[in-house]
Amino acid sequence: MLHQARTIAFYTLLEALRNRLMWLVALAALTGIAISGFLHEIAITESGQIQVALLAAFLRFSAIFLLATFVVTSMVREFNDKGLELLLALPLPRAGYLLGKLAGFAMLALVPALLFGLLASFFSPPAQTILWTVSLICELWVVAAFSLLCVLTFNQIMTALSAVMAFYLLARSISALQLIGQGPLSENSLSQQVINWVINAIATLLPRLDEFTRTDWLVYHSGTWVALYPLLAQTAAYLALLAGAALFDLYRKNL
Amino acid sequence: MNERPISTVPKPVLLLLGLGLCLQIAGHFSLPQRLTKAEDLPHPPSLSILKIASFGEPIALAKTLMLYLQAFDNQPGISIPFRNLDYEKVQGWLGHILELDPPGQYPLLAASRLYGEVSDETRQRQMLEFVHQRFLDDPNHRWPWLAHAAVIAKHRLKDLPLARKYAQAIRVHATGTEVPYWAKQMEIFILEDMNELESAKILIGGLLQSGQITDSHEIRFLEEQLIALEAKQKAEQS
Repeated sequence: MLHQARTIAFYTLLEALRNRLMWLVALAALTGIAISGFLHEIAITESGQIQVALLAAFLRFSAIFLLATFVVTSMVREFNDKGLELLLALPLPRAGYLLGKLAGFAMLALVPALLFGLLASFFSPPAQTILWTVSLICELWVVAAFSLLCVLTFNQIMTALSAVMAFYLLARSISALQLIGQGPLSENSLSQQVINWVINAIATLLPRLDEFTRTDWLVYHSGTWVALYPLLAQTAAYLALLAGAALFDLYRKNL
Repeated sequence: MNERPISTVPKPVLLLLGLGLCLQIAGHFSLPQRLTKAEDLPHPPSLSILKIASFGEPIALAKTLMLYLQAFDNQPGISIPFRNLDYEKVQGWLGHILELDPPGQYPLLAASRLYGEVSDETRQRQMLEFVHQRFLDDPNHRWPWLAHAAVIAKHRLKDLPLARKYAQAIRVHATGTEVPYWAKQMEIFILEDMNELESAKILIGGLLQSGQITDSHEIRFLEEQLIALEAKQKAEQS
């Protein structure tokens, strides 16, 4: 199965490299440089910090958006072309197919992450840039796996992409929502308690993406290797959960 | 994928395309140029909303908001006098930006060097007090802005007690090794200007005895200051 999965991963990566995704990644990098460079010029002070903070945020969102879009659209195209049926008609376990796809998307995630990391290295010390890049890779893997799960579940571009974006934005804001809900000014009414409980329940199922790929590492050089370990652990756990859910869904599918 | 030549596109379609483009360009230039008015500066949203809206990127949001706020002061071809701005709103924005990005120095620079330099004394005092309040949250990193506030209070407002209050805050709270001695010693010179020579002498003596100052040049400078103060005091008494 591993050999078959490796072949699927290779062709998934090849598909991505042969379409215009790489051009889009390069375009995102250039746009990021142009916008942040412009803002760098109009700032009165901290112009370097402003440039790197906005560049990092822009590149991060661009990488997430491009990867999620690619995963969803390429999978939907494969469904529509009946590629999935063809592959599963071969002596290939469904798990082999899914893990192959996942590995292909994971390899693909390395391309924007490494390119954007290289860009960030022009503005920040190497150690901080490496931390940021590794964390971006983890974040991209989580998003790619979630995109795969969504597309297997919904089979439609619009629904799957909306679900991925909602997941991503919620995972990035859930800590803020929790803090606000538990703040000293919040009411202690029953409805407030129910809302807090719901928020906490959602937070239990979401990765803490606001802890990933932190801009302050690049701006204030505050990152440490110790901070990376929980992120790696979170990534591993969440990838296992998402792969399990996607397999569950795939095995139940009637093709 | 091979594309068919442009000549295959029906002429009405090309005409529609050209017309649409011309209309868009003409429409764009016929609209009045957007100018920012001081009154347009809205109240800042609550900090909670800003934190959610940052989607986990509070630093990037803080930097963007600072540039947004700055756009109300300086636009290409237009410069809004700071005094036209509602300083309550400005202070609200600056406070929120600082909460989003505490190590950031930009809001304090803007408060002390931009908004704090208006010709309106009330607004000036408001900004200086803002700097003072925020200095207390992180004295070792925010002392330069309070030092500037002390200078404004002394030279612009001619309010020596206020300048002394700020200088004293630096001496008392900004005790980190990264804070230069001249900043810690500002109070001495202000006291001297206030003609409170005895207090200045006590302060210098205290600094010398505290052991905080280890640099020999610094010690000599302070000793010379002490001698000069004593001489001045004697001259005044005689």
